[in-house]
Amino acid sequence: MIKSELIAKMVENNPHLYQRDVERIVGTIFDEISTALAKGDRVELRGFGAFSVKCRPARTGRNPRTGETVEVEEKFVPYFKTGKDLRQKLNKG
Amino acid sequence: MSTKTRADLSEAVYQEVGLSRNESAELVESVLDEIADCLVSGDNVKISSFGSFLVRDKRGRIGRNPKTGEEVPIEPRRVLTFRPSQVLRERINARSK
Repeated sequence: MIKSELIAKMVENNPHLYQRDVERIVGTIFDEISTALAKGDRVELRGFGAFSVKCRPARTGRNPRTGETVEVEEKFVPYFKTGKDLRQKLNKG
Repeated sequence: MSTKTRADLSEAVYQEVGLSRNESAELVESVLDEIADCLVSGDNVKISSFGSFLVRDKRGRIGRNPKTGEEVPIEPRRVLTFRPSQVLRERINARSK
């Protein structure tokens, strides 16, 4: 399923809403999560999962082709931990 | 650092669209439900400029209780992984500089 299909499904389930509004609703949700992560905040959605940001410390890497060493800067990566309910549902049946 | 919850997402939807707080909360819930149902059915979910939720099958293996050293079978299972999009990765790193 891609975002447009998710929106189509939401429009189908909510015939009283305009497609334009459903697009804004879905967009707002993901934008809010992204903005929180960009600030370094965590987003916890009980039953579904939690988004957080992990720090990857700076390290000395190596160019695998030339063997040359390169300094890799510290970076932050988004991380998602599946919620308990969803994890259990994925494994039912 | 603070933690955001469903309430914050509902509030954002409420501010953005002219719906009641109640309906905003219900819509947030149903978006999460649609995603979860799709994943449970075994289908991946891809949200452009955000990321992909991928369902992966893990084979069973023999695990070990690290404390007792005892062998425990780990059943085959399905796990969910999230692959953040390039756009999200860049947004998250922009803050630190």
